[in-house]
Amino acid sequence: MIWNDDFETLPREALESLQLKRLQQTLERVYATVPFYRKTYKKMGISPADIKSLDDLRRLPFTLKQDMRDSYPYGLFAVPLEQIVRIHASSGTTGKPTVVGYTRRDIDTWTELMARSFVAAGAHQGDVIHNAYGYGLFTGGLGAHYGAERLGASVIPMSGGNTKKQLMIMQDFGSTVLTCTPSYSLFLAEVAAEEGIDIKSLKLKVGILGAEPWSEKMRQEIEAKLNIKAVDIYGLSEILGPGVGIECIEAQNGLHIWEDHFIPEIIDPETGEVLPVGEKGELVITTITKEGIPLIRYRTRDITRLIKEPCICGRTHARIERLSGRSDDMLIIRGVNVFPSQIESVLFNVEGVEPHYQLIVEREGNLDTLEVQVEVNEQSFSDEIKELQLLSNKIRKEIKDLLGVTCKVRLVEPKSITRSEGKAQRVIDNRQTES
Amino acid sequence: MKVEQISIFIENKSGRLAEVTGILGEAGVNIRALSLADTSDFGILRLIIKDPEKALQVLRKHNFTVSKTDVIGVEVPDKPGGLSSILKILDKNNVNVEYMYAFVERSGDNAVIIFRFDNIDEAISALIKNGVKILKGEQITSI
Repeated sequence: MIWNDDFETLPREALESLQLKRLQQTLERVYATVPFYRKTYKKMGISPADIKSLDDLRRLPFTLKQDMRDSYPYGLFAVPLEQIVRIHASSGTTGKPTVVGYTRRDIDTWTELMARSFVAAGAHQGDVIHNAYGYGLFTGGLGAHYGAERLGASVIPMSGGNTKKQLMIMQDFGSTVLTCTPSYSLFLAEVAAEEGIDIKSLKLKVGILGAEPWSEKMRQEIEAKLNIKAVDIYGLSEILGPGVGIECIEAQNGLHIWEDHFIPEIIDPETGEVLPVGEKGELVITTITKEGIPLIRYRTRDITRLIKEPCICGRTHARIERLSGRSDDMLIIRGVNVFPSQIESVLFNVEGVEPHYQLIVEREGNLDTLEVQVEVNEQSFSDEIKELQLLSNKIRKEIKDLLGVTCKVRLVEPKSITRSEGKAQRVIDNRQTES
Repeated sequence: MKVEQISIFIENKSGRLAEVTGILGEAGVNIRALSLADTSDFGILRLIIKDPEKALQVLRKHNFTVSKTDVIGVEVPDKPGGLSSILKILDKNNVNVEYMYAFVERSGDNAVIIFRFDNIDEAISALIKNGVKILKGEQITSI
């Protein structure tokens, strides 16, 4: 099913000429209204009129998260505050949060794109959408909420937390679609098992899961444990919030980026050069319809590749491969790049290992050490020490084989790794705090 | 013939053992025999108790990873060479001991040894053939 046939299946040529037109309008607008862009472009001797094709986009400089922080809170807004009807902010784990403002039309666009995303994920009018994304400054809750209403589905504004109540509501209200982070969906399954609730027998059919990178193995685990289809959704508050891209349920292979509103590029994160289609690098997004805070060539820090082959669902919009991680999450252990999602996929391949893990990075002397903590469950537990040592050796070897990094595997008691109701904290890096 | 032993995964953290035994004590579970195998990170606590099901239930409720294993208890005279004679029988019959632990009966005449074998049935038949006394579960838990 497709929500907006006219735009979602627009032939590539028409889509690209629409992109160019909208890009040029956006550039004119930011040049006129946002000092940050005008100053930078003037310094580089570029004016919006120089951008005559989509290829010319690469001549423009990037916008970084730091630029947003430097303009805290409203410096990058392209309209006066009177036209802003909603303000969100990122969690801002380091320093000030990044602030975004939406005009009435921005909210309308976001709502439309979330409705498209719901439909792509297989939801429709008549569904009961159990929205367990957090409501508040975080964009997840309200973004999904508005889209669900536009679709005409019945939305339950659960927000995060209070897991037992979530399960009760799911049972009693007959929730059919679950929106939350992938790690929280597994936590729901775990608590359901503890409470003696057969989560597989509930009416849930689809989980629209996002806000953190997750592996294909984790998808299989979620689909098996909850008896649902799990669909990946992409978004970031700087660009819009959830609904920048979504996997279609037909293919479950790559996330369609709504290209009539965004231009995606993949760059080499080291050199900043645009990479040929299909190569893996950092995703850069330009918003081409946003009014409140348009962003030109925003570096998302997310690592992926672009897929331009046509999709079986009929949408013409390009896809990005599921994220291999955020370059911010990337750990450099003794010179080797390590993404938590790579370790996750190793763990999922070892039978009997729980999807709950945590990576602890320390520096001992001049050497980085990586400890992988894995919970032991009854399936992997043995009354013999040597069996458990075989298990941890196996995990260590597989990580070494895949990533080339030696780590220490520590088996820990079940539920000793903190469960998250929002984004899971997979990494504890103790290196920065030491001088 | 076989005795049910329960095993508990315990992280090597101070107070963890006290916690487990505390939970069992509160549940009225009396420990008849125990052994603790440990590594630098974790240990496995193995227990022989009267009501293993009840112990499993309360420990699971407290989020411990537990399992049940069949072991056997053998009575040997509490004198030099007692254990050796049994191990020789096992060796002759190619039965491997995974681990074992012992305690002495209240009367003090006999020791009881708990064995975990790779092949428990073969071990039982070899021991019986050689006249070794294998204790029943309730004999051990009522000691």
